[in-house]
Amino acid sequence: MSATPDAPVEPPRGQLIRWSPQAMALGMETVATQFAQATLKVPYRPDLVGDPDRGVIAGGVVTTLLDHACGHAVAMAMAEAGPVATLDLRIDYMRAAEPGLDVHAHAHCYKLTHAIAFVRATAYDRDPSDPVATAQAVFMLTGVGPEPVSDGEAGA
Amino acid sequence: MSGEMIERLQATLARMPYARFLGLRAELAGDEMTVILPYAPHLIGNPLVPALHGGVLGALLEITALAQLSIARGFARQPRPIDVTIDYLRSGRPVDTYARAEIKRLGRRVANVHAEAWQEARLRPIASLHGHFNVTPKTSAGEGP
Repeated sequence: MSATPDAPVEPPRGQLIRWSPQAMALGMETVATQFAQATLKVPYRPDLVGDPDRGVIAGGVVTTLLDHACGHAVAMAMAEAGPVATLDLRIDYMRAAEPGLDVHAHAHCYKLTHAIAFVRATAYDRDPSDPVATAQAVFMLTGVGPEPVSDGEAGA
Repeated sequence: MSGEMIERLQATLARMPYARFLGLRAELAGDEMTVILPYAPHLIGNPLVPALHGGVLGALLEITALAQLSIARGFARQPRPIDVTIDYLRSGRPVDTYARAEIKRLGRRVANVHAEAWQEARLRPIASLHGHFNVTPKTSAGEGP
């Protein structure tokens, strides 16, 4: 399980932030993880603002946080760590995040098949029941081959 | 006309601290606008591949949509996303990325915008987005939701 420092390897579970330069650049932190779930946050920072009139954190930051939290939840659902790729991500923006507050995202991988993971996530600042945004994502497990028994379905 | 478009476009990006965080810039040729995301190491999401972070590509597409709206019309305030769907088609390699957007409909309150990002070849997009944005026309006095 050893690796040279400059040769990145699969991150161990729960280490998906320090491993990712963009997550680090956003100052992302892991708040909590459990089986098939992850809660991450991005601390408020003026250089991440998207709407300077209101001081609101950019939608793109919320997008990245939600994507990352979803990927993290998938990793927490997998029996062993493996590469995943986002197929699609839908985000509904309920309201602007409150200026000055950290943005949290809780993601739950509610279904994992042989090669596909389905995830729902919520972004919030104060209260999870008053979301800033909700997301629905589908991931492909890129480390697996085509389904062992395939019924005329082409492998990806 | 074109000068005014360039002004609104530059203002949209320059006013947004997060656009500077990403390193975004925009070019306008006639009415055809391209947003450019120069490669930088901090944009990487997965160092194994290596691949640009999916969230960064989503952000690029969303800002491209906002920039396209800014040159289409002057708004009383910056348009706000209502919902977006991002499809990931290919992994984003560690090179410069380009994006363009097309406004499918610009209504009085809501705009529907599609955007696409590519790297080496325009015909090999790496990600696409479609979404709705809340718009506030300058002429209205901010009446109505």
